[in-house]
Amino acid sequence: MNWSLIWAIARKDLKEVSQNKAALVPAVVVPVFFVVVFPLAIVLLPQAFSRAAGNAFSLQDLEALLQRMPPAVTQALAGLSPLQVWVVFTTGYIFAPMFLILPLMMASIVASDSFVGEKERKTLEGLLYSPTSDAELILGKIVASVLPALALCWASFVVYGMVVNLAGLPVMGRLWFPTALWWPLMLWVVPAVATLGMASAVIISSRVGTFMESYQLSASGVVLVLALMAGQVTGVLFLSVPVAFLVGLAVWAVDAGLLWVGVRTFSRNRLFSRL
Amino acid sequence: MAVIEISGLSRAFGPVQAVRNLTFELNEGEVFGVLGPNGAGKTTTVRLLNGVLKPDAGRMRVLGLDPESQGKEVRRQTGVLTETPSLYERLSARENLRFSGALYGLGLAELEARVNAQLDFFELGPRADDKVGGFSKGMKQRLALARALLHGPKVIFLDEPTAGLDPEAAHQVTQLIEQLSHEAGRTVFLCTHNLDEAQRLCDRVAVLRQGGLLALGSLAELGRTLWRGTWVEIDVQTALAVGLRRDLTRQPGVQRVEGEATRLVVQVSHEVDIPDLVGWLAAQGARLMRVMPRRHTLEEIYFELQEQPEGRPA
Repeated sequence: MNWSLIWAIARKDLKEVSQNKAALVPAVVVPVFFVVVFPLAIVLLPQAFSRAAGNAFSLQDLEALLQRMPPAVTQALAGLSPLQVWVVFTTGYIFAPMFLILPLMMASIVASDSFVGEKERKTLEGLLYSPTSDAELILGKIVASVLPALALCWASFVVYGMVVNLAGLPVMGRLWFPTALWWPLMLWVVPAVATLGMASAVIISSRVGTFMESYQLSASGVVLVLALMAGQVTGVLFLSVPVAFLVGLAVWAVDAGLLWVGVRTFSRNRLFSRL
Repeated sequence: MAVIEISGLSRAFGPVQAVRNLTFELNEGEVFGVLGPNGAGKTTTVRLLNGVLKPDAGRMRVLGLDPESQGKEVRRQTGVLTETPSLYERLSARENLRFSGALYGLGLAELEARVNAQLDFFELGPRADDKVGGFSKGMKQRLALARALLHGPKVIFLDEPTAGLDPEAAHQVTQLIEQLSHEAGRTVFLCTHNLDEAQRLCDRVAVLRQGGLLALGSLAELGRTLWRGTWVEIDVQTALAVGLRRDLTRQPGVQRVEGEATRLVVQVSHEVDIPDLVGWLAAQGARLMRVMPRRHTLEEIYFELQEQPEGRPA
């Protein structure tokens, strides 16, 4: 395995995708909403409303929801004021699964541009004539798809942490983010989800002809994220530290299966048989 | 020395037999043309020889390597100009070449030197840092050719290098190929529809139809195989009298006389019969203006072959 070839392919793919506006716009806009606009609104608006109304913030509507949370969460929230509970519960727990949209989306975008985009732009044939093995080609494209997804997600996590801590400082009186859940989420589940987005795009790429088709289909994995969010909000499957490990494990298992199929699909002989 | 050897090579795509029992060899330094209509198997042969497609049957060797099991090593020593330029239009010409060079493992200093040399040779220097998307078709084809040659391949495959180009750009690309083909030791495998281009560039040609080999050889060899004997064109100042023309057909070595008025087209058994024929005509008082042995064009050869019934290769 020649890693300099793999890097060359990955660098080229990243340079190309950085010129694709259809890919770049969601990669910039979505994180800005997720890590700046939403948390600021969630943290600052209740403070502003309660100040304007002259009332103390009440958790009246959240009571029933909080009662369904696992003991670890209720313990973590014990002794906090209603406004502190709101900030910690929403930005520290409820928001966590929504974060998984970022790696899924980014990996789907880059992988779709990298695999299907090459076909669509008729550049694949030239690449397949290069002195690289099938494994080096696919690995280069995997690196190009997963690395930016991880970089974007981890950078967003840092910004999110700063926004949540700073905006919440008047309420919390201390820096409290991240909670324990975020570490397995960022280091275990996020790479698994990024790989899921990429692996889906690899498989879909052999069946569709355009970048947009591939992106839309592979990003439909967002249903999984929405299911996790629903579980989080209803307390049915709360993303605690052990659950995060299990979810990550399940996603990695799916990734392994998808990649096995994807790598078998991505052979020169097969691709040229279809060109 | 044979650079490419193919024996009994076959490949089908479902019910379509793309390449059928092909056998031929290419010698070092040769410009070898592969001619045939769409679907004749030209591109499939290029793909098989570069190890990007596996054959159903047959044996191949490229530079002594087996493309099926040593595809990566074969591709390291070959360059391919595909039918569509396969360039990254969002990247600049320089970036395209740098990427290609990196895939061939060229070191940074050597890569930069070669990239600059290719850009200069193909007259792309002034647009080197512009995005390829803004290039004309001719410029894209020159850049694709520069990319195919960047790593100094011993064998270069050119798949329809002038297809879709305007006459000026096509002429420019043909000239470049002619220049490149004269570089010592480089073997060129040229797939083309363009018979003038093939006639101008190729030492030998293979004519394919429906994946099978119809004919193989130099222009002269193919002409001799298809039309027995030698044809000579003779221009005379005034038309021959009927009797003299009849006597001409009876001269030793003369097989047939065609042509009208002042242009005679005579078929003789051998080229050596021509001086005697010319001497006899002069002795009969014919005023000869021009005597020219007739060379069959590749176009004549190609269409004659395509009209032959299947299973009768020349």
